[in-house]
Amino acid sequence: MRALPWIAPALILIFGVVLFPAGVMFYNSTRKISLSGLDQGSVGFDNYVEVFTFPYFWPIFIRTIVWVVVVVAFTVVISLGLAQILNKAFPGRRIVRLAVIIPWAASVVMTTMVVYYGLEPYFGIINKFLVDVGLVATPEGYGWTKNPTTAFAWSIVVAIFVSLPFTTYTILAGLATVPNDTLEAARMDGAGPARTYFTVVLPQLRGALSVAVLINIINVFNSLPILRVMTGSIPGYDADTIMTMIFKYIQNQHKVDVASALSVVAFLIVIVIVAVYVKVVKPTREI
Amino acid sequence: MTVTETRAMLAQGGDRGASGHATAPRKRRYTEDQVSLGRVVLRTLAGLVVLVVFILPYLIMFFGSVKTKAQIRSVDPTYFPTEWHWENYLNMWSTPETPLPQNMVSTIVISVFATLLVLAVALPAAYYTARFRFPFRMVFLFLVIVTQMLQPAVLTSGLFRQFAALGMIDTWSAMIFINAAFNLSFAVWIMHSFFAGIPKEVDEAAQIDGAGRLTVLFRINLPLVWPGIVTAIVFTFVACWNEFAASLVILSTAGNQPMSVALTKFVGQYETSWHYVFGVSIVAIIPVVVLFMLIEKRLVGGLTAGSVK
Repeated sequence: MRALPWIAPALILIFGVVLFPAGVMFYNSTRKISLSGLDQGSVGFDNYVEVFTFPYFWPIFIRTIVWVVVVVAFTVVISLGLAQILNKAFPGRRIVRLAVIIPWAASVVMTTMVVYYGLEPYFGIINKFLVDVGLVATPEGYGWTKNPTTAFAWSIVVAIFVSLPFTTYTILAGLATVPNDTLEAARMDGAGPARTYFTVVLPQLRGALSVAVLINIINVFNSLPILRVMTGSIPGYDADTIMTMIFKYIQNQHKVDVASALSVVAFLIVIVIVAVYVKVVKPTREI
Repeated sequence: MTVTETRAMLAQGGDRGASGHATAPRKRRYTEDQVSLGRVVLRTLAGLVVLVVFILPYLIMFFGSVKTKAQIRSVDPTYFPTEWHWENYLNMWSTPETPLPQNMVSTIVISVFATLLVLAVALPAAYYTARFRFPFRMVFLFLVIVTQMLQPAVLTSGLFRQFAALGMIDTWSAMIFINAAFNLSFAVWIMHSFFAGIPKEVDEAAQIDGAGRLTVLFRINLPLVWPGIVTAIVFTFVACWNEFAASLVILSTAGNQPMSVALTKFVGQYETSWHYVFGVSIVAIIPVVVLFMLIEKRLVGGLTAGSVK
């Protein structure tokens, strides 16, 4: 009980603003809530039925998995390379390291909007560049953000871009723990740079990598702004993930009850992914 | 050994541990013979490519922010501005789309108070859990991890209903609580590991000298974990500054919305005031990027302490 004064404020905040709303969400997912927000009684699992019988649900589900897997995989592979570059000494390294931080600090909405603008046909600067270098044949460029598939693909590019800084810095933190003697010893034993990297450095990065992947999975799954900006103006549901679908239920259809049911589903998916991941990778050996 | 001596000794050690640098003065290895000139040139070129890729979107943003609406939407756009319209940075504060001065105030108020709240709540919890064993300690730490997994986006409908019932929809205080709650876990975690890095003997020595529990925390421990606290503050502040999903749903009045949401108001159904979107973005991005750059050296050490352990 002596602990209470120290941890009570944190407990109040966690219960009041995280766990209680989670409970409200579970409860609402079994209620019928009118467009104006009035609770009209229990409907059992009807909201879940509506979620799962929505014809676009399974495509959205699969797209969500693709979204998470592709973004996280590319992020990790590119970050490993970036960390190698930034870990080596060269003139101006500090400036490059600082530049890599920018997408981390900058708002994701803002970073996404500049890409969205760049992809606009006729006046977008990325489109102009693609036309100028001859990758796009039509002089007005291509309507990347008007077509769900290409808009989704570019969203993946943006998501990778904004996930790189955190991941790269976590790997750099891991690289800092690799003892120089070990690298020296590997060199003495005649291991080339590639062999040293895969047999000596990479295993040492296991801790840093597993945490970076875990946090990336959670963040990418819960990411809303990128897809909302890039694909939000496209009619239909061909570029949605579960997260953007929740917001469509809330904001466009004012169905808080169905949105709650889908949120519960999303929450369970996150839990399952994280549980499987933790079981397989065991990122935290001690607390 | 007196308390001050111990503290001075640990401050040195603690600082080294936190910044992740070795004791020996850093040698500029690229000037030594063991790395060939060719390799240094290659690395520098790779660095240059990385630099360009990471700066490019923000450079496009900046160039766009000084073009006129007509120039930025012209059918044959120019990469660089042909005229520099700095007046955009004045005019964007008074547009029909959104009351930007109020959005700025809203962003600052929410971020500052949420960060202070996180600090006030996370610091004691991190200190106590790092220093003492008590029943349900693991349960508490587990709860903290769970909040890391739950983000406002997934809980929006619950948050909306709850704050509506409390009559707090469209208020700053609702967003201050939400931001604080969802950034709590990272702050607790990072400060916890910094506290855990200080040997218990320091506390015991201070207590033998007659210092009370609070004195130990504020006079002995805080100066040692200062790097961890700064890192936690910057992370929390930047996350609150950029928060989007919950603000979108909770804050309905234009004047209450933070800049991240206000920005989307410039996007019209038929045409968008891109020059203002980018002007606002540049103004919103610069302070947080500077903050982040200030702790760049600590990021490497801070992240190891905060997450890898």
